[in-house]
Amino acid sequence: MRELPIIDIKGVSKVFKLQDQTINALSDANLTIGKGEFICLIGASGCGKSTLLRIMAGFEQPTAGEALMWGKPIEAPEPSRGMVFQDYALFPWLSVRDNIGFGPTSRGLSSGEVKATVDKFVELVGLGKFANAYPHQLSGGMKQRVAIARVLANDAELVLMDEPFGALDAMTRERLQDELLDIWQRTGLTVVFVTHSIEEAIFLAGRVVVMTPGPGRIESDNALTLPRPRDVSSPEFNDIRRVLGGKLHSHHSKVASAPAVAV
Amino acid sequence: MGNTQLAAIWRRLKPTALALVVPLLLLAFWQVATTQRWTLLIPTPWQVAEYMVDFAKGGIYDDAYSATLVTHLLASMSRVYGGFALAAAFALPIGLLIGRIPTARMLLDPFLQLMRPIPVTAWLPLSMILFGLGAKSAFALVCLGAFYPILLNTVFGVRSVDPKLFEAASMLGCKGNAQFFKVVLPAATPSIFTGLRLGLGLAWFVIVVGEMTGVPQGLGAVIMDARTLSRTDLVICGMIVIGVAGYLSDRVVVAIGNRLLRWSPTHNA
Repeated sequence: MRELPIIDIKGVSKVFKLQDQTINALSDANLTIGKGEFICLIGASGCGKSTLLRIMAGFEQPTAGEALMWGKPIEAPEPSRGMVFQDYALFPWLSVRDNIGFGPTSRGLSSGEVKATVDKFVELVGLGKFANAYPHQLSGGMKQRVAIARVLANDAELVLMDEPFGALDAMTRERLQDELLDIWQRTGLTVVFVTHSIEEAIFLAGRVVVMTPGPGRIESDNALTLPRPRDVSSPEFNDIRRVLGGKLHSHHSKVASAPAVAV
Repeated sequence: MGNTQLAAIWRRLKPTALALVVPLLLLAFWQVATTQRWTLLIPTPWQVAEYMVDFAKGGIYDDAYSATLVTHLLASMSRVYGGFALAAAFALPIGLLIGRIPTARMLLDPFLQLMRPIPVTAWLPLSMILFGLGAKSAFALVCLGAFYPILLNTVFGVRSVDPKLFEAASMLGCKGNAQFFKVVLPAATPSIFTGLRLGLGLAWFVIVVGEMTGVPQGLGAVIMDARTLSRTDLVICGMIVIGVAGYLSDRVVVAIGNRLLRWSPTHNA
């Protein structure tokens, strides 16, 4: 018998009703994610990538189909599935330490265990000097580090990231991408990462899931075999970028057929 | 002394200096208006200052009000802080209920909004019937004055918690009622604090009306008595004491707030 996938999305659709309008945010999505994979969901706004992510998190329920984790339906948010939001969603009244300790405290760990966990993850994301600072005193990059540490400190096995680096400057983004890959490789986490940047997706992902809008659906699922660390200026990287770019835009203009490459 | 030193001293003194400009201009205008006899009904600043000393320590006029300032101030303070505490005790829980529970909002909000435009002054006669002449009425009126700012800001604070924070809390394992204490209350504290600050200010603001209820002591009572006795100097002394006491009390509240709300970027008044 094959090993259960960590996430199994089976024929999931999501319809939102806004007054008299109905919006097909997601239509018949199928996706299987194995433990330890790094998946990027990519697509223009309205393609349903965030909706799919929120269904995996348990913030939304599918209108049709089912979303499973380890074979069981995802019904509500849980510490095993941590979400990293684009706008951080840190608790502004808690220090860096207490933000990271929020989950362990909620799980009822003893104060000694909470302290040990917090110490470990404050160091992991390199915020030792800022452990007692409040979120408003931190830069965007540091806030996102706290948000990542907060999820990891809670023993999440699946980390869901909703355009986490979208609001950061290019330099900070590159550093955090490197750090995230480093953490992923060291911990064996499973990561689902939503982005609208093709470069970011190709740099990070083991698989890039391209989604298109109107109604939101999965266009293609592309496994990347390019060895890491990946060089964004290499010809191989650019070939993949061209192919995925073509798929990304295929719903409104059929791009002149790109040269076939093994993606 | 170098220019840079002078500039540094000026930077230190500038806020105080600027804050004094308008009061000093007003004082000068008052002085001119009274010495030039544009009005005969208002005493000169000097007369008021002299009376203030007598009001505080006695020894100049030695009338019924000499050396009674502290007594009246303490009486008023007990009503201001008592009425304020009573208002907070009602407004905070009701505000939390209205903010969190739709049924409570539908039940209470229309009624409270309907009562809100009625000024405290209009409640004076009913209050005296319901609570009798004296201190209880004064407490009730001050309480009413402080109630609405606390209530409205509490409701606002509770309702404007960023929905993302609930999602963040629930994915971290904090669900249901635990979210009230770990998310709603801390997130609402800046608004609640603003409400308490406004409420305390309004408690001082309505103290004169509150003490029209036939209490023998209190700054409001002094002002109303002085009015019937045509003692304008005493009226102005009472006004100044209320102003200063209200100001100092607000500074204390702001200092406490800055300390408790260090985390809030918008709360450093």
